[in-house]
Amino acid sequence: MPFIPHSEHDISRMLSTIGVDTIDDLFDEIPDNLRCGELEQIPTGMNEMEVSRLLRDKAAQDGLPLCFLGAGAYEHHIPAAVWEITTRGEFYSAYTPYQAEASQGTLQLLYEYQSMMASLMGMDVSNASLYDGASALAEAVLMAVRANRKSKSRKILMPLSINPVYRSVTQAIVQNQNIELVDVPFDAATGQTDLTALEQYAGEDIAAIVIPQPNFFGVLENVDALTTWAIENKTLSIAVVNPMAMALLKPPGEWADSGVDIVCGEGQPLGVPLASGGPYFGFMCCKQQHVRQMPGRIIGRTTDLDGKEGFTLTLQAREQHIRRSKATSNICTNQGLLVTAATIYMSLLGPEGLKKVALNSHKNTQLLINRLTAINSVELAFASATFHECVITVEADAKQLIETLAEKSHILAGFDVSVSYPELGNALLVCATETRTEKDIEQFANVLNSYLNS
Amino acid sequence: MLIFEQSHRGRGANAQFPADNDDISSLPAGALRSSKPNLPEVSEMQVVRHFTRLSQKNFSIDTHFYPLGSCTMKYNPRACNTLASLPEFTGRHPLGPSLHGQGFLSCMYELQGMLKDVTGMQAVSLSPAAGAQGEFAGVAMIKAYHDDRNDTARSEILVPDAAHGTNPASAVMCGYKVKEIPTGKNGDVDIEALKEAVGPQTAGIMLTNPSTLGVFDRKIKEIAGIVHDAGGLLYYDGANLNAILGKVRPGDMGFDVIHMNLHKTFSTPHGGGGPGAGPVGVSKRLKPYLPVPIVGKKEGQYVLLDENDYPQSIGRMSAFAGNAGVLLRAYIYARMLGREGMPRVAEFATLNANYLLKRLMDVGYTAAYPERRATHEFILTLKKQAKELNVTAMDVAKRLLDYDFHAPTTYFPLLIPECLLIEPTETEAKETLDDFVETMAVILKEAEADSSLLKGAPYTLPVKRLDDVKAVKQLDVVWKRAEG
Ligand SMILES: Cc1ncc(COP(=O)(O)O)c(C=O)c1O
Repeated sequence: MPFIPHSEHDISRMLSTIGVDTIDDLFDEIPDNLRCGELEQIPTGMNEMEVSRLLRDKAAQDGLPLCFLGAGAYEHHIPAAVWEITTRGEFYSAYTPYQAEASQGTLQLLYEYQSMMASLMGMDVSNASLYDGASALAEAVLMAVRANRKSKSRKILMPLSINPVYRSVTQAIVQNQNIELVDVPFDAATGQTDLTALEQYAGEDIAAIVIPQPNFFGVLENVDALTTWAIENKTLSIAVVNPMAMALLKPPGEWADSGVDIVCGEGQPLGVPLASGGPYFGFMCCKQQHVRQMPGRIIGRTTDLDGKEGFTLTLQAREQHIRRSKATSNICTNQGLLVTAATIYMSLLGPEGLKKVALNSHKNTQLLINRLTAINSVELAFASATFHECVITVEADAKQLIETLAEKSHILAGFDVSVSYPELGNALLVCATETRTEKDIEQFANVLNSYLNS
Repeated sequence: MLIFEQSHRGRGANAQFPADNDDISSLPAGALRSSKPNLPEVSEMQVVRHFTRLSQKNFSIDTHFYPLGSCTMKYNPRACNTLASLPEFTGRHPLGPSLHGQGFLSCMYELQGMLKDVTGMQAVSLSPAAGAQGEFAGVAMIKAYHDDRNDTARSEILVPDAAHGTNPASAVMCGYKVKEIPTGKNGDVDIEALKEAVGPQTAGIMLTNPSTLGVFDRKIKEIAGIVHDAGGLLYYDGANLNAILGKVRPGDMGFDVIHMNLHKTFSTPHGGGGPGAGPVGVSKRLKPYLPVPIVGKKEGQYVLLDENDYPQSIGRMSAFAGNAGVLLRAYIYARMLGREGMPRVAEFATLNANYLLKRLMDVGYTAAYPERRATHEFILTLKKQAKELNVTAMDVAKRLLDYDFHAPTTYFPLLIPECLLIEPTETEAKETLDDFVETMAVILKEAEADSSLLKGAPYTLPVKRLDDVKAVKQLDVVWKRAEG
């Protein structure tokens, strides 16, 4: 029996200890009319050899195309040590560290993670993870509404330059709490949030403003000006950032005079594979003064009975298992194993390595821009500095182009932004991380050129 | 020692660094970082050694019996990890065309089908990232359903007092008020109290069956009738699905919507806190509201169905398609079990729990519901020991760690004083259970001889009992380099 160790002898001895004749007798409290018959839609079981063959065949169907696609998930090199250690049984098959003394490995690692993340973001504190970047933004919005006690409006300013799926996830999660997401337009020339459009909200009661860096178009926002606007208007500020970019760019804790209030985002670039979209992890940091409004687990350093240093879950009075309907969030199971990978990744790369990854990604994207815009009819959509992604416009149907290049050349040519932004025309969001070589970029440019111009 | 305390300026795992590249002229100076983030500067070997040694300070399923009630800590087959880590799976971009995803998507499509069958629901969405997000999605669907029918006076969700904390928290996130329903003497929901609580304000009820008290609510059909007659819907918290897998289907009990914890029943790893996967299943009337994306089939191709296909959907729970890698592991596990393996899970989980309960009672422990059959888990109450010996459930739990057993769940459900919620799972052998019983008997004797011994436990772990009060009062959640 797969994964069940009982011998016939074990079974009969156990049944006689219990005092029943058959295993079925143990279900005697369940009314007969509730018992189901055979599960006809489920195939019969397979052994490991058979299932391995099945999965290898399925994997082979998917192939490994050359990727210039980002839009919220990025292909970076992951050192071999990261997942070798992460999948050690002691990390992989442990539960949430409720029994602190038996979980010091996970707890210390999480404390180190919090320290790294807070420092990378320039913030005071970090939690131990949320589900993903998009749901982390939803949690940040809920947190800001709780934390901004002066505001009665439940209104959040949400730039249209943010990843549109983050906006829709946030909407789905906060809509039943009467929170209003107000669109803020972007400047058609720069792709940056339009500061003049904010003027109409000056003096109005706004709970928080969301500030992406870089934004969905890969464009660097004028984060200092946006944060200053928040401070002057006594509005909380929520940064949504790519953690890899923060090795290179000014972190949210240093924006304007006093930094933002809350930072969140997608942790995937830090050692987590693309893997069809998950599991990834959402991160969240904030200023010390808001820590009691933070959702999710937090690990603290303390001492044991002998005065020896140790680690434990702390501020648990925020959480559902203690506070139930008054908790800061319903989250329980989080994305711990991905944080394990990210902590090992950040330790291996360190400040220098991480900056190099960010810089090489930026440089490769610069090269990509040069090569692609040299093609007849390909233009940059925005005249702004970008991190490792940018929007190009083409004179061809973007959807068709993407499908053809994927099918004929095994190249993922980018993300079709015209679905969410029809005003941009046929536009593609393209990305080149440190993993793309000059040759890869050349190949993409050649294929795109012949698609568009022959 | 912390990894930061091993750091040396200028050291690094250089084999991991991409080429030198110092030209930053394409970025505006004002946008650049000037401070250096506090990440460790250590060699690759230091990193490997540090984190390997940290891992060795953990208890885990791979190293310990882990009878943590409500958490279903069963063996996580290694094949699931190996196969889900095939490069084509880990390398697949979530927004890549479905052409380059037929293999992966076919697994997801089949998984939806298997989960539908084993729960008796009409449709499944795999997208919620964990149980709590599945609860949120489920209650949001209940709300969308009532709202669509202009039935907007329904402002309350009923939750038994034994429910997991995520249940009330999820209901509140959906904008509902929560009303608690008491448990009757025998562990079943108090039917009279339920009858009194339901009304035109009732949007639905959230139930686990078997409940977190480790007993199967025999009156479930009656409960379903009462709530449905009042116009409310029934939500099934699938955390305890291991007890009834392939034996009883929530759909047949009358539930309208359920979530499953694949990180429990379908054996995906807990990873020291996550990730999980909390797919939701629904009856016909809630199908239009399912969270997207959902895997469908169009012209022979597997595709992700979205808002265009499900215009009444409650929306998206995460940026992509949920915890895909977890779902893949669950798929592999389900294929290995197959239709004959699923009911066996429930059978042997139940056999192990009943055996363990009987033996623990024989050595002097008190069951919370001695007259009831245990399901896949059961509760002991140490009320008597607390009173007579001044030993708490926490003390016994901590002492177990010294004997190399992970502790059961303590102080949940809250309504049973000094409780231990014990779930052995089907993957443990009889002799492990026997060892556990013997250890529990020894601990009871220790308590009788000198309760202070238990108060000081554990003694053999990397740390002794930690000061949780200090952890809150002198909050230290981020390491900072010492000044000077
Ligand atoms: C009974 C019960 N319901 C709900 C949950 C929540 O599930 P998750 O932790 O996956 O969010 C859990 C487990 O933690 C549980 O035991």
